[in-house]
Amino acid sequence: MNSTIARLIVNRLGIGVLTLFIVSIVVFTITSLLPGDAAQEMLGQSATPETLAALRAEFGLDQPVYIRYIDWLGGLLSGDPGTSLVNGMPIMELIGGRLPASLKLAAAATLVSVPVALFIGIFSAMYRGSAFDRYSNMFAVFSVSVPEFLIATIAVLIFAVNLGWLSALSHISEDASFSEMVRAYAMPVLTLCCVLVAQMARMTRAAVIDQLSSPYVEMAMLKGASSIRIVLLHALPNAIGPIANAVALSLSYLLGGVIIVESIFNYPGIATLMLNSVTTRDMPLVQACAMLFCFGYLILVLFADICEIVSNPRLRK
Amino acid sequence: MKTAAASLFVQITSNFTRSLGAAIGFILVSFWLLMAVIGPFISPYDANAFVSYDVFGPMSAEFPLGSDYLGRDILSRILHGTPYTIGVALIATVSACVAGVVSGLIAAANSGWVDATISRTQDALISIPSKMFALIMVASFGSSVPLLIATAAIAYMPGSFRIARSLAVNVMTLDFIQVARLRGESTPYIIFREVLPNMFRPVLTDFGLRFVFIVLLLSSMSFLGLGIQPPEADWGSLVRENILALGEGAPAVIAPAVAIATLTIGVNLLIDSLGVKPDQDKGH
Repeated sequence: MNSTIARLIVNRLGIGVLTLFIVSIVVFTITSLLPGDAAQEMLGQSATPETLAALRAEFGLDQPVYIRYIDWLGGLLSGDPGTSLVNGMPIMELIGGRLPASLKLAAAATLVSVPVALFIGIFSAMYRGSAFDRYSNMFAVFSVSVPEFLIATIAVLIFAVNLGWLSALSHISEDASFSEMVRAYAMPVLTLCCVLVAQMARMTRAAVIDQLSSPYVEMAMLKGASSIRIVLLHALPNAIGPIANAVALSLSYLLGGVIIVESIFNYPGIATLMLNSVTTRDMPLVQACAMLFCFGYLILVLFADICEIVSNPRLRK
Repeated sequence: MKTAAASLFVQITSNFTRSLGAAIGFILVSFWLLMAVIGPFISPYDANAFVSYDVFGPMSAEFPLGSDYLGRDILSRILHGTPYTIGVALIATVSACVAGVVSGLIAAANSGWVDATISRTQDALISIPSKMFALIMVASFGSSVPLLIATAAIAYMPGSFRIARSLAVNVMTLDFIQVARLRGESTPYIIFREVLPNMFRPVLTDFGLRFVFIVLLLSSMSFLGLGIQPPEADWGSLVRENILALGEGAPAVIAPAVAIATLTIGVNLLIDSLGVKPDQDKGH
């Protein structure tokens, strides 16, 4: 690693922090724009001006907006995003209880989809225009153009209703055996993977084809190297940067996808927590969850960009 | 603009002979656009009328797509939902693209702090995942049609901005722009008469893609119960309210889901036939 690369990465990290800061302002502004607040919501019909004022003071809602923003940001940074307005529990505890489940789901989806997507992407780039290429392209168009809830619905219809292999709910106890775990995770992971694989395979294919059209591959072809050798030893090492970029960018889809998938399968993760908080208008929880999702998204995009910087041969000395 | 549209139409129609996908896409999209306008008027029943004693009834001559969880006619409910699914998404897409393209053109025409300010703002907006943005908006303001349109428009404006800006920056460096500048044309004239027509096709492709994304976002929100609110219903709401029919495999839940899929796949097929020439490769 040389100084140019280091400088670019530091620069990129700086932009990432700045973006996160702007995002926090956007999230906070939207969620505190309306005058009707949680205190009013909680007291409902029984609100008298006195109790309302008291409750607002308790939540700090009587402070001006910018002070509330600074308090809120400080709380986030020091790991204390406040308490839920609905059940009074610390948000850290609520999120902490749900986050591992969501991460497990995301990890499972990643572990399944990355190898499959890389295989499909590389293979269809090698045999461009073949039946395999055309069918995988059709699958990709289908997956990215139908809503996740349709894929999940079809999966439930086939595997739970018709075949009866899997349960439509994915709630499992702590001491579940491995096979029980696989059965419970199968459908949510399958649903997430459909879109993930489609996007990742398409981008991987593009990255490999991009390399295959470059002069050095033509040279290798003229030299008489076999097509497998050309792809695996010549093109792939050069395509790793763009592929890593594609993988990270596709994975950022997970952050939107889990919202639907967790809700359909009633999965006790962070997205169902956020959905509940949206329905009950539990603003501190909405804000904390939103920031967590945006943070995860930014990390993945950042990682994708850094892969691109590091893999750029023009920056190597 | 007229000639560009005309040549595009010629290309679409000439593509039919070459590509089955383009033809299917064109037919699906035209069909649904037509239904969005006349659907509510040709539906056999009122959307909210309880017409069948059978709940989650099968397909029949009386109820072509079965009945829903309250015994309402699914075909009528889908037809009445078309303006919500397509109309709302279309308005949101037009707003997103107009805002994106105009700000992209402004940014490209004014290098310096104007460009920097617009670009940074759009960058920040693009780093909030669209579903997350929609959830925050609904949590804060409650769900309504104007809010959903605004939400989808804001969420998908930055992508349109990025494409428009990079296209415009490229066009700006071409000779005929320099000539126009030397002629003494005003900046608005250059932007709208010289640059914009030359971005027509990629922007149109982007419009189609964005429409698909917005349809998916809005139906997902309705599916979560946070989109179009009862008694009105779009296709996402129909899937949600009839989800219990899944166990019986009844058409009540499958039909609206298929409606969404045919619309989005149709648009995608159409885009594929526009944006990519037969000898070019996809994905670039």
